[in-house]
Amino acid sequence: MGDSRTGSKSRWAVVPLLVFAVIVFGVPMLVLLGGTFTREGTPSAANLTESLQGAYLTSLIGSVKISALVAVLGGVLGTFLAQAVVTSRFRALREGVLTASGVLANFGGVPLAFAWIATLGNSGVVTTTLGLGDHGWSLYNFWGLTLVYLYFSVPLMVLTVVPALDGLRPQWREAAQNNGASTWQFWRYVGVPVLTPALLGGVILLFGGAFAAYATAQAMVGSSVPLVTLKIADALTGNVLIGHENVALALSLDMIVVAGLVMAVYLPLRRRSARWLR
Amino acid sequence: MASLTPQVTTPAVPGTAPARPGRPRRPRVWRGVVLLLAAVYFLVPLIASFVFTVKAPDQGFSLDAYGEIFSAEGFAGSLLLSLGLGAATIVIVLLLTLPAVVAVRLGAPRWRPVLEVVCTLPLVVPPITFVAGISTVLRWGPDYLASTPFYQTIIAVQDPGFPIVLVLAYVVLALPFAYRSLDAGLGAIDVRTLSEAARNLGASWPHVLLRVIVPNMRSAMAGASFLTLALVLGEFTIARLLSFQTFPVWIYTISGAHAQVSVAVSVFSLLITWLLLLALSSAGARQRSGS
Repeated sequence: MGDSRTGSKSRWAVVPLLVFAVIVFGVPMLVLLGGTFTREGTPSAANLTESLQGAYLTSLIGSVKISALVAVLGGVLGTFLAQAVVTSRFRALREGVLTASGVLANFGGVPLAFAWIATLGNSGVVTTTLGLGDHGWSLYNFWGLTLVYLYFSVPLMVLTVVPALDGLRPQWREAAQNNGASTWQFWRYVGVPVLTPALLGGVILLFGGAFAAYATAQAMVGSSVPLVTLKIADALTGNVLIGHENVALALSLDMIVVAGLVMAVYLPLRRRSARWLR
Repeated sequence: MASLTPQVTTPAVPGTAPARPGRPRRPRVWRGVVLLLAAVYFLVPLIASFVFTVKAPDQGFSLDAYGEIFSAEGFAGSLLLSLGLGAATIVIVLLLTLPAVVAVRLGAPRWRPVLEVVCTLPLVVPPITFVAGISTVLRWGPDYLASTPFYQTIIAVQDPGFPIVLVLAYVVLALPFAYRSLDAGLGAIDVRTLSEAARNLGASWPHVLLRVIVPNMRSAMAGASFLTLALVLGEFTIARLLSFQTFPVWIYTISGAHAQVSVAVSVFSLLITWLLLLALSSAGARQRSGS
């Protein structure tokens, strides 16, 4: 094990991966950073200030708002669904829901948007059958997009919390009951505190997923809902003032900072939940 | 439930089981309501999409939309391109990740944190910011590198027939999944004993990797490959912003003129994902029962 020959040899097997990551991932990120602080060839913070003003700021806030809403709603609904499945005596139901969750959590992007447009869009099946159009229904707004994002977020939450719920030992509930605790007290003082890291971790994953989503929003709402991913895509495809192209890079940097801050909360949490739930 | 777990050793008195204070039928009700609501929410769009695709203009039933998928312009080309990109991505991601994961477990554990970070970053960084960086590199490249051989490289990787730049980007996106899958697969076998036994018998390191470790990791590698393929077949952001006509970009492009066909393809692509993941979970189940 302390064999230095094996050690130095093994190190070479890691090198191709690291070199690849540095070139393909590191270089674009460095260029992104450099471009953010460059305007028309000279160093400047103008891109960053512009990205935090006006319509760009609105889009950044819009993205954070919808992601937070999806994360909280998806977290709560996903947990209830997971609890319903975990406490069920039917093994087939559990297996079925977990398999379906695995598929639906990966059902994002353009196909998801089209499935919902066919359902609740202006000429969607449900819209026309129920005559929702006459009551002012529209899928192409903030709430419609939230409804659609929940379609992959809730299954993701189910996948994340089922292992944690499985880890809640029946003995804990029995101990609480023997000490005279009510169901509410059990959840308030035992269940939720033990589950908190796992639940928060799941909520953060959902936030990240909704925050980075671009394809669904692009195919569904175009630009009628202000989202930072749509603004970046707009700017990248040339829809900006001449000389302001690097605003797209500044907006990207803003996104990375937000996503990084959120993830920074997640990683320590994951370690904490691993301690209780084995 | 209290009387069922082995730790509680109260003598079971027959006939006392139904008298469980504080545990009435109430939980059943909320469970039923939750499951019913979930079923409605998740099934209605699937059913409605299918109905949408088979609804003929004269209120009849017709499967024409599914037939039109195959005759629609660009279908075969874009699907083949996406499958080709998927195959290339799988090969590269396995070639890069497998030796690294094995090495970190056997001889260079100090490199594990580095590998963890490299394989987590692509999850933190949203794909759209990644493509912002890539497109800037591709745009600046020709300006600064015009007189060097790099210029030709930058042109070559953007060949619309087979855009290598997409393969490179997808490998980065697939790294986290491939790493987790392979690392878990390696954790399930005793690599050290296997490789030391093989080495003592005179096998070379490449031989150990190919003939001893790889056969034991077949299902983990299959898992990594399926996840990568699902990722590449569904990836839209990078392909669209670099203007390559992959399968998801094609679906988006035809939606304007053929709404029914694009919904039909969406249903179709959900079926593909479903099959891929079923294959994945059955491969996993086979390994569990095998070990």
